[in-house]
Amino acid sequence: MENLIALLIAAPLLGAAVLLCGGRRLDRVGHWLGTLLAAASFVIGVVLFGDMLGKSGEGRSLHQHLFSWIPVEGFQADVAFQLDQLSMTFVLLITGVGTLIHIYSIGYMEHDERRRRFFGYLNLFLAAMLLLVLADNYLLLYMGWEGVGLASYLLIGFWQHKPSAATAAKKAFLVNRVGDMGLSIAIMLMFTTFGTFAFGPVLSSTGDATEGKLTAIGLMLLLAACGKSAQVPLQSWLGDAMEGPTPVSALIHAATMVTAGVYLITRSGAIFNAAPDAQLVVVVVGAVTLLFGAIVGCAKDDIKKALAGSTMSQIGYMILAAGLGPIGYVFAIMHLVTHGFFKAGLFLGAGSVMHGMNDEVDMRKYGGLRKYMPVTFVTFGLGYLAIIGFPGLSGFFSKDKIIEAAFAKGGTEGWILGAVTLLGAAITAFYMTRVMLLTFFGEKRWQPDDNGHEPHPHESPKSMTIPMVILAFGSVFAGGFFSIGDRFLHWLEPVTGHSHGNPPVSATTVTTATVVVLVIGVAIAWFMYGRKPVPVAAPRGSLLTRAARRDLLQDDFNHVVLVRGGEHLTRSLVYVDHTLVDGVVNGTAASFGGLSGRLRKLQNGYARTYAVSMFGGTAVLIAATLLMRAV
Amino acid sequence: MSFPLLTATAVLPAVGAIVTAAVPAARRTAAKWLALVFSLATLVLAALVVVRFEPGGDRYQLTESHAWIPDFGVRYELGVDGIGVALLALTALLIPFVILAGWHDADPLEEVNPNRRWRPTQGFFALILMVEAMVILSFEATDVFLFYILFEAMLIPMYFLIGGFGDRAAPAQFAATAAGGGDEAAATQRSYAAVKFLLYNLVGGLIMLAAVIGLYVVAGSFSLSEIAAARANGSLSIATDTERWLFLGFFFAFAVKAPLWPLHTWLPNAMGEATAPVAVLITAVVDKVGTFAMLRFCLQLFPEASKWATPVILVLALISIVYGALLAVGQRDMKRLIAYASISHFGFIIMGIFAMTSQGQSGATLYMVNHGISTAALMLVAGFLITRRGSRLIADYGGVQKVAPVLAGTFLIGGLATLSLPGLSPFVSEFLVLVGTFSRYPVIGIIATIGIVLAALYVLVLYQRTMTGPVKAEVRTMPDLRVRELVVVTPLIALLLFLGVYPKPLTEIVNPAVEHTLSDVQQTDPKPEVEAAP
Repeated sequence: MENLIALLIAAPLLGAAVLLCGGRRLDRVGHWLGTLLAAASFVIGVVLFGDMLGKSGEGRSLHQHLFSWIPVEGFQADVAFQLDQLSMTFVLLITGVGTLIHIYSIGYMEHDERRRRFFGYLNLFLAAMLLLVLADNYLLLYMGWEGVGLASYLLIGFWQHKPSAATAAKKAFLVNRVGDMGLSIAIMLMFTTFGTFAFGPVLSSTGDATEGKLTAIGLMLLLAACGKSAQVPLQSWLGDAMEGPTPVSALIHAATMVTAGVYLITRSGAIFNAAPDAQLVVVVVGAVTLLFGAIVGCAKDDIKKALAGSTMSQIGYMILAAGLGPIGYVFAIMHLVTHGFFKAGLFLGAGSVMHGMNDEVDMRKYGGLRKYMPVTFVTFGLGYLAIIGFPGLSGFFSKDKIIEAAFAKGGTEGWILGAVTLLGAAITAFYMTRVMLLTFFGEKRWQPDDNGHEPHPHESPKSMTIPMVILAFGSVFAGGFFSIGDRFLHWLEPVTGHSHGNPPVSATTVTTATVVVLVIGVAIAWFMYGRKPVPVAAPRGSLLTRAARRDLLQDDFNHVVLVRGGEHLTRSLVYVDHTLVDGVVNGTAASFGGLSGRLRKLQNGYARTYAVSMFGGTAVLIAATLLMRAV
Repeated sequence: MSFPLLTATAVLPAVGAIVTAAVPAARRTAAKWLALVFSLATLVLAALVVVRFEPGGDRYQLTESHAWIPDFGVRYELGVDGIGVALLALTALLIPFVILAGWHDADPLEEVNPNRRWRPTQGFFALILMVEAMVILSFEATDVFLFYILFEAMLIPMYFLIGGFGDRAAPAQFAATAAGGGDEAAATQRSYAAVKFLLYNLVGGLIMLAAVIGLYVVAGSFSLSEIAAARANGSLSIATDTERWLFLGFFFAFAVKAPLWPLHTWLPNAMGEATAPVAVLITAVVDKVGTFAMLRFCLQLFPEASKWATPVILVLALISIVYGALLAVGQRDMKRLIAYASISHFGFIIMGIFAMTSQGQSGATLYMVNHGISTAALMLVAGFLITRRGSRLIADYGGVQKVAPVLAGTFLIGGLATLSLPGLSPFVSEFLVLVGTFSRYPVIGIIATIGIVLAALYVLVLYQRTMTGPVKAEVRTMPDLRVRELVVVTPLIALLLFLGVYPKPLTEIVNPAVEHTLSDVQQTDPKPEVEAAP
């Protein structure tokens, strides 16, 4: 069985290689091949899952050792895989949702002449993400980690002829590289502390290391997670990443990439459990991002950017839960899975809307679309109900558990975190209702574009709606299915461990509060956007709204401090190198032998003579030595 | 006596150089093919060296020893350790690609008189082979004086390669760019770069010569093995001050060649003005002699002084890493950009060597090999691009991926290798160097990781400005890579991928040699704090 693990990665990797090197001959079948190989990986995943269910909880972990990757004395990195319940959960999510996005893209990218290449990149993305969750050591994980970065770079910048897309892709890679710096320092710290960076030995030896070291490792891992999972302060790439084709957004936001940070922290649970200070920082980052993303999501008129804000916020929930330690790991992953369903569904729905609206993204130019796109409306609507946590749907179960866990942290901390998660839930209800109302309800607000073409909204083809229906199904039922008899908890507990904490309030109280804030959020949104017609031009808005539209000024800060500052720094360094360093070295040389004068002379054509004189010099010196020996 | 394999690897390209140079002016193409065949034959011999070399065997293998200048005790002594084998293989491997990439770089501009004696094409390829012969022999020399002679002599063919041959535009663009004044200015620039290259390296070389003579005066021998053995058994002791001065003399020369900040400024000039294949020859082949010699001569001959100088050298290396990367970000000329990137990479190599851990030094050796391959890939594709448009300025390009997707794709892969993406071979060596440095000098290791981010910046900015965005009018008719160019790039990329996923064949050869070097300087790896459970 364990020999199948490598095949999980090999299938999409083969697809990427064939599609990217195959040339135009494959243009007609490329998308089918890519989808087939993604599906093959999913099937292998299901087979392995079936096998795993047949074993007892503790004995489910599988290992596959392929070969020794980098062996240098004490430094031993292997290409080896580990498949346990945590990895399995990710494998099914990545390949399952990934395959649906492949199918959807067949229709969505139909008119793109580079569709074959698009599918090659999609396959590469899956392969890298699978490597990330299947690696049995941190260095191999790093390879998947950066592979994901590369694939996202290629996909976000897929429409490279647009300068904005190329810039967004570069930004995503660069911001992620800052995170990667954290991951490499973490691995180096592990190596000097434990002499290894394989999961097994590191995570079982945390008891012997000092807390200071573990805190440092934890913080560096958090920095890495902030990059990939778009957490404050490395969140700025996520909004721009919407420049990629919409299926890419669905892939990045739901099944892959942003979930990597949550995986990293959950996987490294043993380190964080022994480093409470690092955990505290994780929780704070999660809480801040949760609100940050939600506020940004409220102000965006671009449907994809509003959803991007929501992703940031939901991942904030997960990071917060993971930072709570054993109280929260299971629920972080559970929310990750349910979020995978409804966020993928929402993005594919948004893509479907854009598909029918001549690629218009401004929600203020939508309105009343429920009549024109019934399937999109229903599936998007179910995703909407799931994400706001409507009782009975997936998001309700998973988010409610995180809010409970936040309270269960105990003490003042627990109250603060609980309040923040509740506030986040209210804001989520508000901005998602806003998206829903602006897009599907009210009067139609679209107008002919500059060329006089009026959009004719229409339902998307089957290849696009079927994945949306399947994802809607998951959005409705997954949470309930996981929660009946605490199925998900029992599944993951052997890997992550679990504790109940000390809830200061009962679960029923939390649930009631969750429903109350949900109703408040929806009501406010309806009051603002549902009751009266929405203006096509955005109003000026309050100071906060304007700041939120600009991603709370993070980009402006980056631009002034990093971009401008960096430009000045490099420009002055170029000057320094040219005049000062070069000049000083030349000058020193000149003071030794008048070389500078000779340099000028040599430029005028005496250079060759110098080459000869060098040998002359050598000869003289040899003669001198001879003499010295003789004496 | 067995077949002198090491001598043969150097003699063959030297013979090739003479034969190529002797081809009549009218038979240009024949000269090119001859040069290619000789370089490929050298590659076969190098492969034989790799096969015959036993990683677990003696420190120096395939040794040859003959009296040369008995009065001085100068001997013709050759031998390779794992580090030498790796670099010899790299050199032999890169030269055929350099020749193939520069296939048209030395074609005469107009039909020359067949009776003229000056034959630029023949000369170009003969000089490349000559450089190959000298570089290979310098990796094999275990006699200090022999090494010194080669170290200096290789400057001469390099000087002519840099000064004599500049960038060409493809014939289609010729009319536009070959304005007379521009050509003359370019020639002046070129000769300035060549002279600067020569002077910097000559000064380094002369200082080294003084140290070489000093060493002879102190030790009474030029033989690496004899001196090392005498030092080990105590029959030769060098006063601390003397050892430090001698070390500095050697190190200065190698630091100029490597090049280490602040002795680096000749490199951007030389690489910018030379044609792309010659630039590859400079940075991927010739400069490696400098870092190689630090490992072989500085550490082995002067272990105590090496340790004494380590803090300063590590700081200079760190400055090189960050400074080179920042300067690369600020460049407008893509060849100079790659040159500054190389300065940053040489910082990593030197840092790895002087971290004096097995990861650092194995990483540094691997880095030399991987940097050679990745820079060759990036620089040669950049050269193909420059030939098509007749300009080195980044701003003159835009949207190339639309018209020449394969060229853009290979350029991106070369760039990703330069920024050390995991999965490609430079990652392996860069991470080893970082971890090897970090385990002994944590602060320096952490600061060096800034290089990771900056590398991404200069590579992606270069790619974005040249390859993406709207298609510029001047590049609209640009052809994609031709068969010859694909033959150059594809194997390099395949090698980057292979050594990125499976570097073990290389580490197996290099690791034992590094252990020897570490025992020379009497250093052992720091132990982890916690004995992790298996």
